[in-house]
Amino acid sequence: MSDIALRMEHVYKKFRKGEIYNSLRDLIPALTGRMFRQQELSKDDKREFWALQDISFEVQRGEALGIIGRNGAGKSTALKILSRIMKPTKGRMVVNGRLSALIEVTAGFHQDLTGRENIFLNGTILGMTKREIETKLDQIVAFSGLEEFIDTPVKRYSSGMYARLGFSVAAHVDPEVLIVDEVLSVGDSVFQQRCMDRMRSVVKGGTTVLFVSHNLKAVTELCQRAVLLERGKVVTIGSTDSVVQRYLSDALNNINSGGNRRVYISHVRIRGETGEQLKFESGQTAWVDIAVTARKSAEKLDIVIWLTDESQRIIFDTSSERLGHCPFSLQAGETYRGTFELSLNMAHGTFGVCVGVYRHDMYEEYDKRAPAAMVFIGSTVAVRGAVNCFPRFVEAETVVVDGLPQKTSQTET
Amino acid sequence: MKEDLKEFYRYRGLLYMILYRDIKVRYKQSIMGFLWAVLMPILMVMSGIMFRYGFALATHTPLKTEDLTSVAVKSIPWSFLVSSIRFSCNSLTNNGSLVTKIYFPKEIFPVAAVMACLFDFVVGFVVLTIFLLIAQVGWSAYLVWTPVLLLTMLLLATGIGMIVSAASLFFRDVKYIVDVLLTFGIFFTPVFYDVRMFGDKAKWLLLNPVAPILDGLSACMTRHQPPDLTWFAYSFVFSLTVVIGGHMLFKRLEPAFAESF
Repeated sequence: MSDIALRMEHVYKKFRKGEIYNSLRDLIPALTGRMFRQQELSKDDKREFWALQDISFEVQRGEALGIIGRNGAGKSTALKILSRIMKPTKGRMVVNGRLSALIEVTAGFHQDLTGRENIFLNGTILGMTKREIETKLDQIVAFSGLEEFIDTPVKRYSSGMYARLGFSVAAHVDPEVLIVDEVLSVGDSVFQQRCMDRMRSVVKGGTTVLFVSHNLKAVTELCQRAVLLERGKVVTIGSTDSVVQRYLSDALNNINSGGNRRVYISHVRIRGETGEQLKFESGQTAWVDIAVTARKSAEKLDIVIWLTDESQRIIFDTSSERLGHCPFSLQAGETYRGTFELSLNMAHGTFGVCVGVYRHDMYEEYDKRAPAAMVFIGSTVAVRGAVNCFPRFVEAETVVVDGLPQKTSQTET
Repeated sequence: MKEDLKEFYRYRGLLYMILYRDIKVRYKQSIMGFLWAVLMPILMVMSGIMFRYGFALATHTPLKTEDLTSVAVKSIPWSFLVSSIRFSCNSLTNNGSLVTKIYFPKEIFPVAAVMACLFDFVVGFVVLTIFLLIAQVGWSAYLVWTPVLLLTMLLLATGIGMIVSAASLFFRDVKYIVDVLLTFGIFFTPVFYDVRMFGDKAKWLLLNPVAPILDGLSACMTRHQPPDLTWFAYSFVFSLTVVIGGHMLFKRLEPAFAESF
């Protein structure tokens, strides 16, 4: 057996945009029409669209590889090719070992069957044998936390219960190569944490994992190496930290010229103590340099900055005016520069730094970058949630509570 | 082909589960439940007998028991063929989420659909056997032909099932065409009538590959004769070609399934 668990060799995937003939009634006129209009054939070629171009990478046995990229970068197509649902147009993919994909964990569910029956159905669909499922049944049910409802048809389940059951089955498939999609984002936070723990133990147990996600936090936690995709091409492959850094800075460079706005944000830069950076330790200080340029004269301007968490919730919000800085005015062609100093007291995760410029008295929005940049916060302290309160556990003592029966004292008397 | 069959065998557990699901769901949803599988063949046989009775009245020929048993013997396999083609035709389109999301040999769906109908057929066949015992048709050594003929029917159903299931993914109107063909198919197939009624034009009817199978069943089960070997060979070769060709076509189209939705 080789040490390579999975290899993509110059994989290309082509799709056709536009019409797909789903019925003969549409196809026949289209075909006859095409015969008379030969010149349209060249136009057809333009409708082709390469979802993946020259993708090559290798995954070592026992390694966890993350695949990141923005929407439309080709992650889903890569995933479908990895899980063998689609065949590449060119190139090939080699898998050594039993492969299982957790893409849509509830895909195999049937509404009219009970939870238990669906565990068997979905388990076999995901590649388990009946005997394997029988031995793991209790574990699966316990993991889902749905003991009471296991003999209820799943159509009576809430969507959260449904997803939990789906993930619980999927989490107990024991493949040699596992492909994981965004399935970790199901259920409540407690269940999500349970899923992350499960994933960690899967990685520790020596399973090769390919993890496709937007969730940079989960990717950095689970994977040693990552691939960054952009417009169907591999931008970079390397250690997760460096790839995440690249992904974040690419997002920052996407600031455009601001179109024809009266006042626009012309520059945003995030600095740490060592210079420009996007990856911080929890509690470190960041400086956000902002430049605002006016096309036409404007007055009473106020720069707003806010932070968002992974689910786009605003967790922090302030402005230059609220920090005691007078609203400023700009003449056409002038640029105003300012810096916000922030203590990044957030817990581990990815946060959006969003910037806007407003006319203070009229609340007229001139320009907004939401997010202008993404920062990634690492933490050495084991905290969960959005903020880091820099906790310390001080002292522990055991006290006897009056009025409660005490076993030891009773036996003594 | 050999690799494909190996892969299919590896996923046999999934075939059983899908089959179990299809049968269970079918009977769970309907109030009649299990009775449904019994009622359908009884209705089918009754309408065939009705037809034969009317025919006998019109032509002033006496109605023989053999005519009635022959209708019963032919209509149950026919309804198996019809329902399995109908059911497998929708088997891929109805399981869209599985077809597009998870990898496994997709011929499991049409095969499971045919096998679910086979389950109904077995129930119907038990009813038929009881009917034949009551009618006292007796038996002969030619009964050994029955499983051979039924197997040919199964091959044909599976082959057509694979072709129509894949085709209906790409062209949604295949379903309607199949429906129409199956509805009128009974008039062009000797189910309620007998090929020999047509004298020397019988051979045109027997060109329909289902006809020699049904006629053969009627021969070995009610008339105690062997089936017409030449015509049976024709049907068998036809069915085998359909099942092999259907499988090849299905496998050729399979990579494009996920993109057809």
